[in-house]
Parts: sequence; C-alpha cells; structure tokens
Amino acid sequence: MTQTYDAIVVGGGHNGLTCAAYLARAGRKVLVLERRHVIGGAAVTEEIHPGYKFTVCSYVVSLLRPEVIRELELAKHGLQIHPLDHVFVPKEDGDHLISYPDPAKARDELKRHSPRDAEMMPRFTEMMYKMAYAVKPILGYVPPNPNSLSLRDLRTLRAFGKHLNGLGKQTFHELTKIMTMSVDDFLAEYFESDIVRSMMGLSGIIGTMLGVKSPGTAYVLLHHFMGELDGAFTAWGAQKGGTGGVSEAIASAARSHGAEIRVEAPVSQIIVRNGTAVGVALENGDEIYARTIVSGCDPKVTFRKLVEEKELPPELVTAIDKFKYRGSSGKVNLALDAAPIFPGMPDPSLIKGSIDICPSVDYIEQAYDDAKYDGFSKRPCMEVEIPTTIDPTMAPPGKHVVSIFVQYASYNMPEYGDRDQQREAFGNAVIDTLSEFSPNLKDLILHKQVLTPWDMEDKIGLTEGNIFQGELTLDQLFCFRPAIGWADYRTPIRNYFQCGSGTHPGGGITAGPGRLAAREILGEEF
Amino acid sequence: MPRVTPLHSRVGPLCQGSRWEEWSGFLTATMYELDHLHEYNAIRTGCGLFDVSPLLKYDIRGRDAVTLMNRVIVRDAKKCRIGQVLYTTWCDDDGKVIDDGTVSRLADDHFRLTAAVPALHWLQHNAIGLEATVEDVSEQIAAVSIQGPTSRDLLAKLTNADLPNLRFFHCTQADVAGADAWISRTGYTGDLGYEVFVEPQNAVKLWDAMMELGDSYQMRPAGTVALDLARVEAGLLLIDADFISAAQTMFDVQKTSPYDLGLAWMVDLEKDFFIGQRALREEKEKGSRWLTVGLELDVTVMEKFYAEWGMPLHLPDRTWAEAVPVFADAAQTKHIGRGTSGTWSPVLKKYVVIARLRPEHAKPGNKIFIEEVIEAVSYSVPATVVKMPFFDPPRKKAWGAEAK
Ligand SMILES: Cc1cc2nc3c(=O)[nH]c(=O)nc-3n(C[C@H](O)[C@H](O)[C@H](O)COP(=O)(O)OP(=O)(O)OC[C@H]3O[C@@H](n4cnc5c(N)ncnc54)[C@H](O)[C@@H]3O)c2cc1C
Repeated sequence: MTQTYDAIVVGGGHNGLTCAAYLARAGRKVLVLERRHVIGGAAVTEEIHPGYKFTVCSYVVSLLRPEVIRELELAKHGLQIHPLDHVFVPKEDGDHLISYPDPAKARDELKRHSPRDAEMMPRFTEMMYKMAYAVKPILGYVPPNPNSLSLRDLRTLRAFGKHLNGLGKQTFHELTKIMTMSVDDFLAEYFESDIVRSMMGLSGIIGTMLGVKSPGTAYVLLHHFMGELDGAFTAWGAQKGGTGGVSEAIASAARSHGAEIRVEAPVSQIIVRNGTAVGVALENGDEIYARTIVSGCDPKVTFRKLVEEKELPPELVTAIDKFKYRGSSGKVNLALDAAPIFPGMPDPSLIKGSIDICPSVDYIEQAYDDAKYDGFSKRPCMEVEIPTTIDPTMAPPGKHVVSIFVQYASYNMPEYGDRDQQREAFGNAVIDTLSEFSPNLKDLILHKQVLTPWDMEDKIGLTEGNIFQGELTLDQLFCFRPAIGWADYRTPIRNYFQCGSGTHPGGGITAGPGRLAAREILGEEF
Repeated sequence: MPRVTPLHSRVGPLCQGSRWEEWSGFLTATMYELDHLHEYNAIRTGCGLFDVSPLLKYDIRGRDAVTLMNRVIVRDAKKCRIGQVLYTTWCDDDGKVIDDGTVSRLADDHFRLTAAVPALHWLQHNAIGLEATVEDVSEQIAAVSIQGPTSRDLLAKLTNADLPNLRFFHCTQADVAGADAWISRTGYTGDLGYEVFVEPQNAVKLWDAMMELGDSYQMRPAGTVALDLARVEAGLLLIDADFISAAQTMFDVQKTSPYDLGLAWMVDLEKDFFIGQRALREEKEKGSRWLTVGLELDVTVMEKFYAEWGMPLHLPDRTWAEAVPVFADAAQTKHIGRGTSGTWSPVLKKYVVIARLRPEHAKPGNKIFIEEVIEAVSYSVPATVVKMPFFDPPRKKAWGAEAK
C-alpha cells in the first residue's frame, strides 16, 4: 500500500499501456491500474460465450503507428495483423458492389455500375493517398499551443508548413475541401454512382453523430485513409485473436520492461497536494503514490471525475464540459453455429472480407435521421466482419464469431423503455436488418452480445459511448484535443498527464497518444 | 511447354490469374489469388495447402542403401533411424554444395531423397560397386504440403496416424483420406506442417478431402510467392537464390560450401567417407570464405532516405532474391559480402535478409550496411547481424502432450 512508483497510469486501454511501456522502457518503475477485470479498454477480446472469443468493441486495425510497432517490438509480443480481403456491399435490389484489392478486378466491378467511376477510382485513391501523406506527419507531432507559442511549437509549425508547401496546389485545395465538406458532397465531386458513394461514405460517419450530408464528415473519411499495414498505405487488417491481441501485445512489451499491470483496480481520485499530483486513491480505499500520474481515460474522466473542480482553471472546466461525445455507434457480436450465407454474394469466399450494409446514400442518411433525435436507426448501417474466417483461434472449428459495428445508436433512447429494453430493441433491429441480406443468420445464433452507447460507457468507461473518447470533428482535433492550451498531454495539475484518445492524434487503435504523452513526460530522454 | 501435375484438375481452376511458373518441368502456381498476402497469412494463422508434386524424389534401396546415402550426403545416414528425416546437403569433390534436400529412412534398407536438381545419374554413379538401386520416383509419387498452425488438426481428421506423437523431421506410413500415404512432418515454412506423399491416382482424392475441411481450419491453397516469404522468415535457403548448385556453374567463385552457407552443424567430418569430405576437412582447418547469417535492417533510416525524395518508406511485400552488396562502412569502401534474399516480414514486422558475409563480420550483433537503391541512387542502410531462423514458433517442434 505504501509502495511507491515513478509513474502510475490510470486506465489499461491500449494508450495507457503504450504510455506505460515507453515509461518502463526508459527505466521508470510503472504501475498500470485498470478498472475492469481485463485490460484493453475499447481494444479488448473477451470470451463472452464459452469457446467463442469476441472482439468486443473495435475490430480492425490500420492506424497503429509503425514506430510504436518497431520501438516496442510488438510483433515479438504477439502482434499479428492480417490484411482484410474484400469489401462486399449488397444493394437492396439484389445487386452488389465489391471492392477488390486487385486494380483490374476492381475496375471491372466498378464498370458495371459506372464506367466513369471506374476510371475515377484510381485518381481518387491517389489523391486521398497524397492527402493522407500530407496530413500524416501531424500524427507524430505534439500539438502546439496557439496561446503561447514556444520555440518548439514554432519549430513544429515551421516543419509542417514546409511539408505543406511541398504538396502542390491541387492537393492543398482538396485538403481545404476535405477539412470542411460533407463526405457525400466531397465524393459527389468524383463519383456519379450512388453505390460507390455510399460504400465510401460509410467511412465518413463512423463514430460521429453526423450524417453523410453533414459538413465536416469528409475529414473522418480521410482519417480512415491514414493508416498503413506493413508499409501498404491505408490497408486495414484484423489482429489475430481480435483487437484485444493488440492490447495484450503492448501489455506484454510493457511487462518485459518491468511495468506492473493490475486489473480490477478502479481509481476513484488523483491525490493532489498544492497543485501537484502525488498519487491515486483506489475505490477500495488504497492509496498509491508516484511522482507522475498519467490518465489514459477520456477527458471527462480525466478532468471531471478523477480530480476536483477547484484544481482546474474555469476555462478548462468549461472547455471539457463542452467537449462533444455524443456516442453514435453500437456493436453486436454473435456466436454462430456455422457460416452465414449471403445469397447476393457471387463468391462465397467473400465472407472472408468486410460486409458493409450501406446500400445507398439515402439509406445512410435515413439511418441518421432515425437516430438523431434520441433513438437508433430502424435499418442501421453496419460493418460486418467474420474474424473466424481467417483466424481459427476465436471459435471451435466450423463455428464462427461475427463482429457487427453499427451506426447509428444514441446514448439515450427513452422511447424504447429501460436500458434492457433499449438494448433488446436495438439488437433486434440490427439482426433483423442483417437477416434481410443473410436469411439463415437467425437460425445460426448461439449467443449474442449487444452494446448500445450507454453500455459502452457502462462497460468500457467511454463517456456517452463515444468510440473515440470524443468526436473526431475538426473543432476537436490537434491543438483543440481535448482543449486549447492543454493539447500537449499536460494538465494544470503538476505531474498529472493525459494519454488517452481524447488527446492528439485521437481515436482508433493508434497508440499515438500513449507514445507522444510518454515523450512529453520523459522529455529529452526519449 | 511445361507439363501439369496430377492435381491440375484442381489447382488449375483455382489459380485465378493463371500465374504459373515452372518447377522441374511442371506448372506450379505462384499464387492462387491475385495477391499473395492472404495465402501467406494463412500459413501463419490457419494453414496453406501446396501442390508439391514436382519435387524430385529418388528411392534408394538395397543392403547397401545406407552406405550409398552415407557416401553422398554430409550428414551421418547411419544415425538416421527408420521414420526419421534428415535435412542435408550433398557436395562435389571440392566440398561445394550441389543441392540440399531431405533424406527419409522408410525402412532399414530404403531411403527416399528429395531434391531440386536432378540427381539420378549422380546417385547411380556413386552406387557402383554397392548393392543398392536408385530409382527416380518423382512421377510415381504426388505430394501436397500442408503448413501452418491448424495443419495438424485438419490432417488429424483424415488419417489414422498418431500425429501428436509424430515429431518434427519424422515420417510415418499411414492411411490419409482412404489412400496409402507417407506423412512427413517437414516443410519449407518453419511452421507446424506436414508433407503427404501418395500415388498420383490418389492425389485428387487427398486434395479434395483437405479442401472440404479447409474452411473450418482457415486453410487456403497457396503458391510459391507466399512460400518464398515464409521460407525467408524461417531462414531456409533456396537454390538459385541463396546459393548456386556446384553442378550448375562452371565458375568456382559462384560455388559455396556448407560452411559458407552457415550449415556447419550438419557436416559430420568424423563419419565414414563422403564426397567432399577431404576438401571440407581442409576448409574447416583453414577457415571458410563466407558465413551465411541473418540481417535485420534499420527501416527508420531507410524511411529517411525515401523522405529525401518526398516518398514514403517502401518495403518489399515479397521476397527478392538477388545479390545485394553489403559493406562494413556507410561510405561503402569496404565490401564484405552480399544479401542473397530478403523481404519485409509481416509476422515479425521487420525487414529481414539472408546474407553471406566474410566470417569476421558475421558475428551476431555486428553492425554492417546493406545497399538500398532509391531512384537509382545507392544508399547504405544500417543492419544488424542476427541468428537465423528469424521466425521460430514453439509449435514447429511441439509434440506429445505439448501438441494437444
Ligand atoms: C465499438 C467500437 C468499435 C471501434 N472500432 C474500431 C476499429 O475497428 N478500429 C479502430 O482503430 N478503432 C476502433 N474503435 C476506436 C478504438 O477502439 C479506441 O479509440 C481506442 O481503443 C481507445 O483506446 P484508449 O486507450 O485511448 O482508451 P480506452 O480504450 O477508452 O481505455 C481507457 C481505459 O481506462 C479504464 N478506466 C476508465 N476509468 C477508470 C478508472 N477510474 N480507473 C481505472 N481505469 C479506468 C477503462 O476501463 C479503459 O480500459 C472502436 C471503438 C469502439 C467503442
């Protein structure tokens, strides 16, 4: 109980673990305290039904920073990511669009829908690559503080300015557009076919309570283009054993450097003396002391739950209270007795890829309309993956687990009764809708797990169930994340730092915030 | 025009892009899909199924079979028990490697040798005066290789063999999918895996039975590109990439000894006479010219070189196999060897290279430089000498209780 550490990390999400691993690697004595019985936060795998492992929340990986993979030697610790096959998008009239990785095949498929779009696709992709390449360096910078630019801040801005200068006019113009436009308007400048726009538009609304026609969503699309897999730009993949495998790999790296990780250790408060954090108080009454305290929780928990208001300047309190969460996504995980059949699929092996339920632009917008006044989409948009089609470790042979990411569901859905009734109604809407495309689905279900945004807050600790620890809109990114003046991982409380996805570079399995926070904490030593 | 294997009626339609290459005169799929990465990943997560029928196979029988084997290979064939398999090289009189392959002892007086370079004449020539016959059975035996973590579970569904107790580099006769077969726990991936040998008329039945179960074990048919990636991770040498057969070059400078190839562990100088023994004894005393080791490249430096051209880091997604200069210094003044094959390893998240270096530079941990040409400009990428295999999962050798 009186044991002291150099650093305590509150929250064993993948960012908290990343920060801990870097601190331990630098020789610090580190303790991670996780509230739940498992580590990982939103990157977690749990055996919800005996023999069936669910990638409970997140399900695909692309944004994970390559420098973290290298520096923490994550492959040695179990990181193993499989590139995903194809994307299959069934239409309501029985037709479909398939996105193939092979350019010639992709072109042929697009041609069926629009010869013009088939030609446009490579140009569009190239332009998105260029923009992602342009914006990517930002992911590795500590955001400057526009209120009081330090020498380092100026250096960061200059380096970035130079980089932007080198982009050329056209990329710069497109960049300005993508930062401001709606995803559908942006896509409409390139593509005429509705199904092409809906397939790509889906990436613009993931995790936001905005529709494909709401301004600002084009950027979310770009965010999805910023990843890479083994040097292949924008490729998405599935971690062996679900995304919990990523967290486990990071945890293993942290332990190998001597970090200690405790589960079922919820922190109730940061102990602050004279404006300096000196330790944490656990819910069970224990107090543990350390020279540095880092929170990997979202901004609300970090600033409004774990510390008292009086420790913070009022501007920050106001900014944090205004920070938008508005969870908009749900998750349904199924254990199946056999592989589901999609009659619209021209080739059954397409179930090894992603199955996206977003049959038209209007369908997506309608899904948003249903949900925006506290509710959920009656016919939701979905990203469906069947990890067992590539990874045999997640279910017994011949059996399957299905991960269904659902857009949209509100945090509150009073119309549907109490929380249990809401969950039931929401889960049914998801399964009913998916069954329209896979009629045998319902007969195969052995077990289902349904998570509404409220459940995500309750279970994972994500405020209002926002999957990114706060929306990824332009007003909440870079030096605005989580609040202007406090985007450099520090807080007004000395020795109290933040490292969750509520800080730059934001949500997704990136490990970026954890690494940059560790860098700030360690200063020159990094 | 290359011929087709007994499995062509099956592998033919599966090969989506008709991406074939020639292997010992037969068509073999380089990849079944239009990209090799899913096949590669299947090898490391589920399993990959390969048609390896073109493998050259020789049966050596007779009272003196063991004497003949011992005369040609560098390992001690006498120590090879029935049901055991040896990985070995065979050399010319100068101790230079002609080929590498496996030798299985199927019975006291019966060995089977697999090879890449035709060896019938050479084996028969060395059998003169011995009571041993050599027969080329390459086309009398078809073969599939099933490689990856789920290979045992899948194969177990089809055979009466006691697979958990079949140890790494051992083989057994068994019934597989209703056919008489030899199962050999070997392969070219450095993973858990088996090669199954059957008569050609049973090959399709075997393939179909495996494919039938494939979906439940995440198996994919896989081609040579995926295999080549896996074998580099496993640190396994490839003829015409990491070495040239002494029988196929006229120039001494291109020939290599087992020592040069990092295979000193297999050369048994104490055993009975074998071809090349004298030369190898001498080489052992005097020291070798080369040593084959692994390299890990520093990609952060490589990334900076690419950035000089305004380009993102480019990593090879499949194995390259060509001679790439290696230096002791970044200024490239001191040439110390060559990379012979290399790739970005998805499972290790490292850029790994098999390299042949001057022995004094080949100690693990030693820092050296390998050339990377970007936009026709030569750069020196720092690299560290490491031990091979790069990738060596415990499941590769696990058996008995550990294999359940
Ligand atoms: C349903 C869903 C699907 C998603 N899909 C994807 C995807 O496919 N790909 C992708 O890249 N990203 C996806 N994301 C986003 C991504 O998973 C998250 O952005 C990321 O995992 C957040 O990591 P983190 O470490 O910053 O925070 P979190 O994962 O939120 O971790 C915070 C941790 O703190 C713990 N904690 C909270 N309070 C306390 C306390 N008082 N004491 C101790 N511990 C506490 C929590 O239990 C949690 O473990 C998804 C998210 C969700 C929810």
